[in-house]
Amino acid sequence: MSLAENVLQIIEQSAIEQKFTRIKTVWLEIGLLSCVEPEALRFHFDVVTRDSIAHHAQLEIIRIQGYGCCNHCAHEMPLASIYDSCPKCDNYDIRIIRGDEMRVKELEVK
Amino acid sequence: MCTTCGCGTGQLYVDGKKIQREVSSDKPMHYRSYSSNETHHPMQEQKTIDFGASIAGTHAPGISQARMVKIEQDILSKNNQYANKNREYLSKHGIFALNLVSGPGSGKTTLLVNTINALHDRLSITVIEGDQQTDYDAARIRETGATAIQINTGKGCHLDAHMVGRAIQQIDLQTNSLLMIENVGNLVCPANFDLGEAHKVVILSVTEGEDKPLKYPDMFHAADLMLLNKCDLLPHLTFDVDLAIKYALQVNPNLTVIQISAADNTGMPAWLEWIEAGHILKTIKPA
Repeated sequence: MSLAENVLQIIEQSAIEQKFTRIKTVWLEIGLLSCVEPEALRFHFDVVTRDSIAHHAQLEIIRIQGYGCCNHCAHEMPLASIYDSCPKCDNYDIRIIRGDEMRVKELEVK
Repeated sequence: MCTTCGCGTGQLYVDGKKIQREVSSDKPMHYRSYSSNETHHPMQEQKTIDFGASIAGTHAPGISQARMVKIEQDILSKNNQYANKNREYLSKHGIFALNLVSGPGSGKTTLLVNTINALHDRLSITVIEGDQQTDYDAARIRETGATAIQINTGKGCHLDAHMVGRAIQQIDLQTNSLLMIENVGNLVCPANFDLGEAHKVVILSVTEGEDKPLKYPDMFHAADLMLLNKCDLLPHLTFDVDLAIKYALQVNPNLTVIQISAADNTGMPAWLEWIEAGHILKTIKPA
């Protein structure tokens, strides 16, 4: 819920700065390793944007695959979860390179 | 200027007459009615249908007046800004802040009470309590003599940096003191919200499942220390301590683990040492 409210705040701030009054589409980038459940976010987005500038805006969620780098052997690999082990050296000390994003990417405005 | 090709929007003339740009393409079209007997003089109305007048400023047919606005902003950027402000303030005053996170009922408050009782001779301790409702926890802390402030989040399932910032403003924090923030009992959302603390401390009790670190990995990934609480109950349970620690280290290999019991004080010295070591590191930083 508070994530959806944060999204709306970012949109409203941008509306003031960029002088637009209607929003058609909102693109979010949500990494598969972030702890956001897209369907829950969609539901909350519809609730918090009611009677706001983003009322009826379409929400497009771009999922980003997880990707990590092993801190021991520097091997880079796709990650399905934050507790995957390195397929090369079997170590769990993996730095997330991408896939933990929660970003407002862009808006289509009128 | 047109945003499609860069062409300008100079004065429009029709038959040598200046045409005022009045109609934007956003307005609905009005058609003449077929029954009208009047002669139609469009130029007399001096109205122009201008497809380039709207916000996108594009003249090309087929291109929508909607435009794209790049944002590229982290959803939590606002919270992170507040958290950085809190961190700056705390570090300036040499205050060591811990964010205690766990599911409900892991024994956070009892642990806090015992910690305060053990440390209050040596350290000034302030507690920020986060719960959805009631100030029972703050009252329990105040009984120890420590200052406590209660934040009720209402429907909120976590504390955020703005709430904590407001609480910090309301209390008189002493320089070189210890600030314990007891987050709302929830193993999910508090993982994402930086409050400006030095460390997140996750508390897992042995009455929960040993697979909690894998079920709620984000929290164990975000924490620097895990306290395995209620260890005095182990003889009565089937809880596999080694497996729980193995799972936790799988999620976060840099996690420090202390086995503790708030009820009979086992493991308390290790926990108190950890606090004091961190606190000393904070206070020797240049103010």
